[in-house]
Amino acid sequence: MDEIFGIPAPLLFGQLLLGLINGAFYAMLSLGLAVIFGLLNIVNLAHGALFMMGAFVAWMLLNYAGLGYWWAMLLSPVIVGLFGMALEKLFISRLYKLDHLYGLLLTFGLALVIEGVFRNYYGSSGLPYRIPDQLQGAWDLGFMFMPVYRGWVVIAALIFCLTTWLVIEKTRLGAYLRAATENAPLVQAFGVNVPRMVTLTYGGGVALAALAGVLAAPIYSVNPQMGTNLIIVVFAVVVIGGMGSILGAVLTGFTLGVVEGLTKVFWPEASATVIFVIMAIVLLARPAGLFGRA
Amino acid sequence: MTLTRRKLIASAAVGATFAQCAPRLARAQAANTIRIGVMNDQSGLYSYIGGANGVALARAAAEEFGNRGFTVEVLQADHQNKPDVGSNLARQWIDRDGVDMILDVPTSSVGLAVNQVCRERDKAYINVGSATSDLTGAQCAPTTIHWVYDTYMLAKSTGGATVRAGGDTWFFITADYAFGHALERDTANFVRQAGGRVLGGVRTPFPGTTDFSSFLLQAQASRAKVIGLANAGQDTTNCIKQAAEFGLTRRGVKLAALLMFIDDVHALGQQTAQGLVMTESFYWDLNDRTRAFTERVRGRLTDRRPPNMVTAGNYSAVLHYLKAVADMGVPAAKASGTAVINRMKAMPTEDDAFGRGEIRPDGRRIIPSYLFEVKKPEESRGAWDYLKLLQTTPAEEAFRPLNEGGCPLVRS
Repeated sequence: MDEIFGIPAPLLFGQLLLGLINGAFYAMLSLGLAVIFGLLNIVNLAHGALFMMGAFVAWMLLNYAGLGYWWAMLLSPVIVGLFGMALEKLFISRLYKLDHLYGLLLTFGLALVIEGVFRNYYGSSGLPYRIPDQLQGAWDLGFMFMPVYRGWVVIAALIFCLTTWLVIEKTRLGAYLRAATENAPLVQAFGVNVPRMVTLTYGGGVALAALAGVLAAPIYSVNPQMGTNLIIVVFAVVVIGGMGSILGAVLTGFTLGVVEGLTKVFWPEASATVIFVIMAIVLLARPAGLFGRA
Repeated sequence: MTLTRRKLIASAAVGATFAQCAPRLARAQAANTIRIGVMNDQSGLYSYIGGANGVALARAAAEEFGNRGFTVEVLQADHQNKPDVGSNLARQWIDRDGVDMILDVPTSSVGLAVNQVCRERDKAYINVGSATSDLTGAQCAPTTIHWVYDTYMLAKSTGGATVRAGGDTWFFITADYAFGHALERDTANFVRQAGGRVLGGVRTPFPGTTDFSSFLLQAQASRAKVIGLANAGQDTTNCIKQAAEFGLTRRGVKLAALLMFIDDVHALGQQTAQGLVMTESFYWDLNDRTRAFTERVRGRLTDRRPPNMVTAGNYSAVLHYLKAVADMGVPAAKASGTAVINRMKAMPTEDDAFGRGEIRPDGRRIIPSYLFEVKKPEESRGAWDYLKLLQTTPAEEAFRPLNEGGCPLVRS
């Protein structure tokens, strides 16, 4: 039990835990992307920038308004969500009838603009954000020190993912959402205001990204590139999970986090590429993704 | 007015003629202008080390030098830490924009790529920001000077001191590109020479790694006494922060940050950084001359921070280069990069930031290196008072001996 595949067991367990933490971020971000793609058919490349905005809003609330981490968890998703809804109303809503590519280009452009604005005002070196006092410290698990905050990230991400899934699968609102995805005109004929629902869904997906941003702020320094670093991987996660599949996005997010963590032990140099290799294999074998419906 | 096909062709032809004339015109005006191109990372993980501040201090030197019969123009570009972007920019600068000297170029992979371009085109190249000692070793060029530091000097000073302090087993966390490899190689040599052992290492993808926790856990599992951080910039500060978060330092593991800048200490905060040792060839609070220099230029830098080793290096490199140009005349300086570099090698360097130095045949500038320790918060007397001097390595001993680098220029 001391060694597994020539790797000391404590090290392996440590890596599994760390993989889950990274997976938590992948899951939360890919969840938002999947919801948006499912209903709006928009490949939202601005998701990374909005994640970054979530972290920045948390930083601003602390430094300009004196509001700490817990307030940020509440307010940042609301603020960024409203910003997202404005984006949807102003720009994205004009593209629903066009090819996917236009939405992709538009949101990519928006991402560059948002990032550029933040880089201009806050520079690129990153701003520190302290871990809240209640979550300071670490648990000694024997095989590793587990910082309390990172444990919190996994738990919080699980709660948020589960809630989103329940809302979409088990509530009336979720039923409308799913129905509108299948056949928007029919749902509209029943008296549901579909355009408003679409706007709210985009806002909701964006709020999830912002929430992930707040969770990430104390771990990574708050900097304008933090979204770019993550978004490509998250897209791969969504593609592997199956575009538009919510459960798929969450499960794949956590799984790939763990796979990446293990790669860091066996072949560190490949840890940045392993997810894309998996993506290529999945696309060859199951073009609709692991959980997608062909 | 409608645009006929004929008019369109005619205007295109006129446009093309102008486009052809424009460079000639520019070149005619440029005959008496020396163009210096500062190329560095202006938006990525190294941008806060040099970036816009590096450009600002190159300009400061050009202004201080004044007009001695020719004008100086300082251009800037962002190489995004990509070797292909860097070498393209260098070619464009040399072939199209008439740049006479390329300066700074941090990120060793890019630094080496630009080294090739300047050697091919016979243009002067003063590398300040890159660390790899290969620039004056196997890949040395008659057109290149390596200005303020290199991996050998860092390894000898920080690595040597750490082993002497009892850190005799090492594990490396290495940025997976030319710089990280060179720094790990040079440090491992010193560790072994001093009787220490290297127990293992990981190479982390560059750029783009922000989470080092799993590499740190591997380092801890190796039971090495020292974790050598063969990386720089945000990679290093992330490693140090996360090592504290995962309780490594509390368990008695020592971190050797092989390349740190004062800006890194500032970003980490003294609370986290205290006790770390680091090697520099410039510190703003070193002596009266460095303090005077700092007061003179700091208004040009982001939030009035003092210059660091790299930005001060840009300043001193531009001064020395312009002295050589003034000495040999602009036409001769423009004609051959090798000739300017040879002239620079023939003159001792002298400026407020680094004092006196000289340049060896292999292109290595020789200056003392200083080993510092980061002060405890209560020891600091003011803003940016972060470092205390532990030890000085004299110029002749700070760098790799001339005959050990394998530079072909030395044999000839």
